[in-house]
Amino acid sequence: MQQEKYAQIEKELSPKPPILKNVIRAFLTGGLICLVGQFIALFYITYFDFTERTASNPTVATMIFIAMLLTGFGLYKKISQFGGAGAAVPITGFGNAVVSAAIEHKSEGYVLGVGGNMFKLAGSVILFGVFSAFVVALIKTILVKFGVVSW
Amino acid sequence: MISIYITAFIVGGLICVIGQLLMDVAKLTPAHTLVSLVVAGSVLDGIGWYEPFIDFAGAGATIPITSFGNALTHGAMAEAEKHGLIGVVTGMFEVTSSGISAAIIFGLIGALLFTSKGNV
Repeated sequence: MQQEKYAQIEKELSPKPPILKNVIRAFLTGGLICLVGQFIALFYITYFDFTERTASNPTVATMIFIAMLLTGFGLYKKISQFGGAGAAVPITGFGNAVVSAAIEHKSEGYVLGVGGNMFKLAGSVILFGVFSAFVVALIKTILVKFGVVSW
Repeated sequence: MISIYITAFIVGGLICVIGQLLMDVAKLTPAHTLVSLVVAGSVLDGIGWYEPFIDFAGAGATIPITSFGNALTHGAMAEAEKHGLIGVVTGMFEVTSSGISAAIIFGLIGALLFTSKGNV
């Protein structure tokens, strides 16, 4: 009885694991960024000649532009500190990685500093994205050739 | 009309939750987390699930980095359908060109406009 009571009190008093807090923050931040993206996509569908599927291209470019401004003014770092993966996983996090590396290494010059370090962080995403796309598309092409699946 | 915004918010948020769990529970570094998500998006498009997912969630599916993997695979497969095996290489960046070019252009413009004060 004594031991159970102790365990109960300990459970009540010990701080909650930060995982739940981090997850909620990531959900809110990531959700909000995607909501902004949805508004921008609707803007391109309404005022320009884009459809639901093709609108993602200009939307991504616009989001990266916004990420550049937020990064330059030091705001994206604050969003990252609050949102964790919620700020890193959307395409704005990719933009932030590129832009912050470019600004960070500006002092080493435009060719060696900015040019050489721009994809320092984002490079692994591009490398493994391209390689997995290559493998997946290759497998699918071969499967189609042998008549296992169709396009 | 309003429902696509709610779906985009919830789905986009949930993908970020997966990323956060990969970081907190599976103890992956942020770079490993992003790479895993990109590969996941690429594989999902290979089995044909990502396009219906975009129809369902809109920006909730196209803004997270998983869509980058999807777009790479999608371009490669679309071109492979037309031109055979060589299309896998030639079509790779067909769909996702805007993300890469925007990152390069705005990266340089950002470096021209801003100077690091330790807060970027």
